[in-house]
Amino acid sequence: MQGTVDPNKAALNYHNEEIAAPHHEEHPDLRLFGLLVFLGAESMIFLGLFVAYLTFRAVYPSWPPEGTPERELVLPAINTVILIASSFIIHNADTAIKKNDVKGLRTWFSITAIMGAVFLMGQLYEYSKLEFGLTTNLYASTFYVLTGFHGLHVFLGVCLILAVLWRAQKAGHYSDQEHFGVEAAELYWHFVDVVWIVLFILLYLL
Amino acid sequence: MTTQAEMSIAPSAHAHAERKWWHYFTFCEDHKVIGLQYLVTAFFFYAIGGALATAIRTELATPASDFVSPNTYNSLLTLHGTIMIFLWIIPAGAGLANYLIPLMVGARDMAFPKMNAMAFWMVPPAGLMLVLSFFLESPQAGWTSYPPLSLMTGKVGEGIWIFSLLISGTSSILGAINFLVTILKMRVPTMTIHKMPLFCWSMLATAGLILVGTPVLAGALILLAFDLLAGTSFFNPMGGGDPIVYQHMFWFYSHPAVYIMVLPLFGAISEILPVHARKPIFGYKAIAYSSLVISFLGLIVWAHHMFTSGTPAWLRMFFMITTMIIAVPTGIKVFGWLATIWGGKISYNSAMLFAMGFIAVFVIGGITGVMLAAVPFDIHVHDTYFVVAHLHYVLFGGSVFGIYAAIYHWFPKITGRMVNETLGQIHFVLTFIGMNLTFMPMHELGLMGMNRRIAFYDARFTSLNQMATVGSYILAVSTVPFLINAVWSWMKGAKATDNPWNALTLEWQTSSPPAIENFEVLPVLTTGPYDYGEHPSEESELPPGASPVLSGSSSGS
Repeated sequence: MQGTVDPNKAALNYHNEEIAAPHHEEHPDLRLFGLLVFLGAESMIFLGLFVAYLTFRAVYPSWPPEGTPERELVLPAINTVILIASSFIIHNADTAIKKNDVKGLRTWFSITAIMGAVFLMGQLYEYSKLEFGLTTNLYASTFYVLTGFHGLHVFLGVCLILAVLWRAQKAGHYSDQEHFGVEAAELYWHFVDVVWIVLFILLYLL
Repeated sequence: MTTQAEMSIAPSAHAHAERKWWHYFTFCEDHKVIGLQYLVTAFFFYAIGGALATAIRTELATPASDFVSPNTYNSLLTLHGTIMIFLWIIPAGAGLANYLIPLMVGARDMAFPKMNAMAFWMVPPAGLMLVLSFFLESPQAGWTSYPPLSLMTGKVGEGIWIFSLLISGTSSILGAINFLVTILKMRVPTMTIHKMPLFCWSMLATAGLILVGTPVLAGALILLAFDLLAGTSFFNPMGGGDPIVYQHMFWFYSHPAVYIMVLPLFGAISEILPVHARKPIFGYKAIAYSSLVISFLGLIVWAHHMFTSGTPAWLRMFFMITTMIIAVPTGIKVFGWLATIWGGKISYNSAMLFAMGFIAVFVIGGITGVMLAAVPFDIHVHDTYFVVAHLHYVLFGGSVFGIYAAIYHWFPKITGRMVNETLGQIHFVLTFIGMNLTFMPMHELGLMGMNRRIAFYDARFTSLNQMATVGSYILAVSTVPFLINAVWSWMKGAKATDNPWNALTLEWQTSSPPAIENFEVLPVLTTGPYDYGEHPSEESELPPGASPVLSGSSSGS
């Protein structure tokens, strides 16, 4: 048991770090693991809302309730394609930074941010075209709250991407060794994408 | 023992880093500061919640509604429940976890100290908002806030209630991420998962529940907020909504919340009993894994709160059976604890008294829990004082006794001073008598048919209600010796040694109070956490072959 950590060596590290870095840096980088746990919790909110939606749908005599104006389908379908494509685009940035290619990172992140913004604008355009409002009926309420809550997450994702782009201006901020920010933004973006796929199936296809 | 002593007097590498009193009022990232901030803040809200409870009991001393108006009574019970759950027991558990987890696993801090501080600083604003709502149009729909009632009464307060819970829920989630990651990833290399103290196991189970349950409550609260503020009708039957969906989402969190409130204290009790009975814990793995089983089962029993909400019969059977099964892992723990203290050399100090009191009272709450799980019985006593009695035996007899036991046990570590035992024992006796006098008669009241949450009652319930009221006054008084003890001992108490209880878990192997980064040299385990007293003659010493508990310290500095 005692053999696993050489006390002398441990002590040595400890004193070296005293000069070099604060102690909480002693352990391996756990931020990605922490983010995964957070996203696990976050997905439970969506799961709760999805199950609530399915329950409303199952209990209601007809769904969407009679008299609900027609929904748009082409626009959200285009939006879906854009969002799914952006998930592939953003992955290129990860590949780029692993080769220490900050320029590539900037390019791919910029494209993703634009695609995210297009998605959000498409969503707003769809809202403006729809003939029902938030309080028209239960279907309309769930539609707006679910898509709106997801849209909020897309917006946050775009903000994260912009923050990474801002930081990437500084030479050497991200490298093949140090790029948690890039990974975090990418992971979050994939999460938002997966949630949208489920949401799209539930709201538009079912 | 020798190496330990050397370790604590070794010249500190952190002489420059000293903890100042005002750090406790700032955004400080040290887990020990945050732990104390949680505990003290929680106790502050406990005092408020307790004052509300005393007001409720004063109103119920007579059958008529004479002390407060019925509307005020509704607000009192709503705020009492919400404050005690979301601002006292849950933050107090988080406080203990913050203070103890890094010390127990031999880490210098939590995995994400900044996020940890953020999580704490969400609690005071959420709590103050909620308390202040009393002076506006206070919430009156009970801590469950069922729609449509919650959409019809006290709208301003109800809105504040929702946002306050969203904030404290977020705080809880951020805290749980820290607990989970720290426990799983930051143990000293020699601490395998099966050498981890049981408190860490129970916090692992708790963190899992928080991460799965709390977000669903957030979802329900978001929808409720839309109903309340934007005029949607998710839960409002007038507009085609379904209030039962709210109940499902609410209880999907709020039943596990019961375990979120009691599991940390299960863990604390598992630490306290072996130390003060000088015996190894009985059934380490059984106690460790039963926490995880409770967590899992706790997630699939929520609809037992809804047996009278039109839940179909076949579904009620499912929830009845799963609920009753929870008695098995809980029973495993109780038997483990009893076998631990059986034949031990028990010191009847305040920590141990509260720990044993915990077992006694919690078991009563557990048994009434199994009774309530039975569908026919539950339908009979639903919304009566029997339920109130049950939940207080679990949450007061369980959680609060556990919190007190933990405070007495770790007080020397946290403050570097011993508690006054006489005051502690007076505190225990008053609490134990007051608790049973307050809540035991409620069983009978419930069986007689007295409804909960109503300011008036039939005159035939008077004598039992008066007993409960007297008990609640004893409970209120019982906190006085505790407060005097805590403050006086902190200022003037006898100095505590680093390890006054001769305990084996890592938090006792550093100085009292611990240095800023906890350990001079990261400890290396040579014994298990509970290897106590194999030889009677050495009961006050460490077990044979156990010293030195830490190696590496002598060469470390």
